[in-house]
Amino acid sequence: MITYLEAIREAQKKALEIDPRVYLYGQDIGAFGGAFKATKGLAQTFPGRVIDSPISEDAMMGSAIGAALQGMRPVIEMQFADFSTVGFNQIVNQAATMFWRTGESCPITVRLPSGGTPGSGPFHSQNLEALYAHYPGLIILTPATVEDAYSLLLEAIALDDPVIFCEHKYLYYHLKAESLPETALPVGKARIARTGRDATVVTYSAMLHEALAAAEELAENGWEIEVIDLRSIKPLDTDTVLASVARTGRILAVGEAWPWGGVTAEVLARIATDGFNLLDAPPMRLNSKDTPVPFHPNLWGTHRPTARTIANALRDLLRL
Amino acid sequence: MLHLAEAPIRAGKASDFPETYRRAFRWMLLARVAEEKIASLFRGGRITGGVFLGKGQEAISVATGIALKEGDIFAPLIRDQAGRLAFGESLLDFTLTYLGARSGPMRGRDGNVHRGRPREGLLPMISHLGAMVSVVNGMLLAHRFQGKKGTVGAASLGDGATSTGAFHESINQAAVEKLPLILVVTNNQYAYSTPNERQFACSDLVDKALGYGVNGHTVDGTDLESCLQIIGGAVQLAREGNGPQLIVASNLRLAGHGEHDDSHYISSHFKELPLGRDCIEVAQNHLLGKGWADASALEVWTRECAVQVDEAVAHALREPAPDPAQEEWCALSHRHLAEGNSAKF
Ligand SMILES: Cc1ncc(C[n+]2csc(CCOP(=O)(O)OP(=O)(O)O)c2C)c(N)n1
Ligand SMILES: [Mg+2]
Repeated sequence: MITYLEAIREAQKKALEIDPRVYLYGQDIGAFGGAFKATKGLAQTFPGRVIDSPISEDAMMGSAIGAALQGMRPVIEMQFADFSTVGFNQIVNQAATMFWRTGESCPITVRLPSGGTPGSGPFHSQNLEALYAHYPGLIILTPATVEDAYSLLLEAIALDDPVIFCEHKYLYYHLKAESLPETALPVGKARIARTGRDATVVTYSAMLHEALAAAEELAENGWEIEVIDLRSIKPLDTDTVLASVARTGRILAVGEAWPWGGVTAEVLARIATDGFNLLDAPPMRLNSKDTPVPFHPNLWGTHRPTARTIANALRDLLRL
Repeated sequence: MLHLAEAPIRAGKASDFPETYRRAFRWMLLARVAEEKIASLFRGGRITGGVFLGKGQEAISVATGIALKEGDIFAPLIRDQAGRLAFGESLLDFTLTYLGARSGPMRGRDGNVHRGRPREGLLPMISHLGAMVSVVNGMLLAHRFQGKKGTVGAASLGDGATSTGAFHESINQAAVEKLPLILVVTNNQYAYSTPNERQFACSDLVDKALGYGVNGHTVDGTDLESCLQIIGGAVQLAREGNGPQLIVASNLRLAGHGEHDDSHYISSHFKELPLGRDCIEVAQNHLLGKGWADASALEVWTRECAVQVDEAVAHALREPAPDPAQEEWCALSHRHLAEGNSAKF
């Protein structure tokens, strides 16, 4: 068995093995192996290529961009996604605009340990995919499975564009698979995680598992819910979503991030503009509440969508 | 200032010094006992989220808290339990926040060390290191606009936080504006697992003061007497209009980064150096050596701390947890302008 976190470690290990241009840079990622142990053992195996950084997110990102321009393939670990905002300027103004302005690509991968876990509070729980997706020039990946944690990270490192890799902390230890995949869907392709004909749930990252549990619950009443795992937020696989809605006529988009201007809004906007006549009911979405992420587990459990609230939303959607 | 069980006394007139020292020591002791209690609750599964201790940092922290007075600003960080108490934060704010109680200052919305009461000059830290310093600057600027005189603001940082852009920007800003900022950098040799040599290349962090054009002071962070004197002196300088003061204290973190961390990476070499001493033990010996307290007084104080802590914990455990159904899911003070929760998101 291999966990989601181990898959991330294995992908980095493989990248270091196969590509001499790859190096890892981040706080406490060397001998210590990182705050979550995503780089455990790698500094020992690859001397000089897994490097502890000072607590300087702006300089971490800026130096990654510089090294990428000189032909390296930096993989940056932010200790938590939340701290990446300190390096935001370099990511969205420098890395994201480089190719468009100069024709030179900027192959960096930024790993963002994202998402809520009980007791993590406002500054260790954020989901920033929509924030980064807003800026042209970045690829945003949100693996929901062990297999994708591995294959998408390897692909991210191989891509010539800057990639924001949103890995979900809630899945780190919980989620296990039998083995690492040999083949995988490419970046930009969504996956149908469960087939159904009555309604489509479009989701990504940790919410996939809540959505699958909700679909299971509704199956007891005979409802067949299709669940789509986006895998990649940008590019967004609109075709797979539209094709599913063409079959089901109903859509619920679910995300753990805040609602305003987020991924669920984008999905529904595309359905409304390109697939309006496919719909048998108004499109719906479910997100975390529009407040910072609360500390207390009671509040946190209500702040974000869960299998229960997704199932309730689906019942509403099916009644419409 | 917040309610105090006893009014804090300030490091000041030489004649009060033994009394100041005793008071400071008792806040240190209370912080230590309180944190040990929270750590044991954490181990027992009663606390969700992180637990961060100031073990080994009580002397420098308390010296900061005790040097401040009503109207001053304090932006503590994760290892400042002693300083918070000395500044006037109640022990209940500590226990209620760790337990996420609805009646605590953060109402279960934020937890552990992320607490404060801005109105009372106690800033609630965000996690992003270095971010609090310019906020203190702003409060001091406001005092200037408002004609408030003689106040100062203190912010705590670790050695690691000096690598942030926020540190550079805010100390430079304070220097340009000649603000009465006291920046207390506690160099405990590590930032999480990262040792000083991977964090900065100057031989002493205090050398940075010169570059920014501010006064620099160094102090042995394990020695309460020096901490009281150096911080007290720096605060006085700032109060008298001499601009920002950078203080660099050296010590060793005597706990994990958080209670989840066994801190195996801390080199045993440091543990043998004077900076590896436990400031509470040092202070205790000093009290006895100087005859400022005897063994039975120490025993009484320790017992009193345990009682206070037990009461504060018992109280917090009785308090109701936040109820999501009653929670106002609204991040704006203008409720009518908040949209998220009525709209069908
Ligand atoms: C901008 C930012 N980046 C990363 C972190 C994660 N982090 C939390 S504490 C810490 C180490 C801090 O070390 P130091 O400043 O020396 O303080 P100490 O813990 O030693 O008291 C790190 C890296 C953070 N809080 N903020
Ligand atoms: Mg430190």
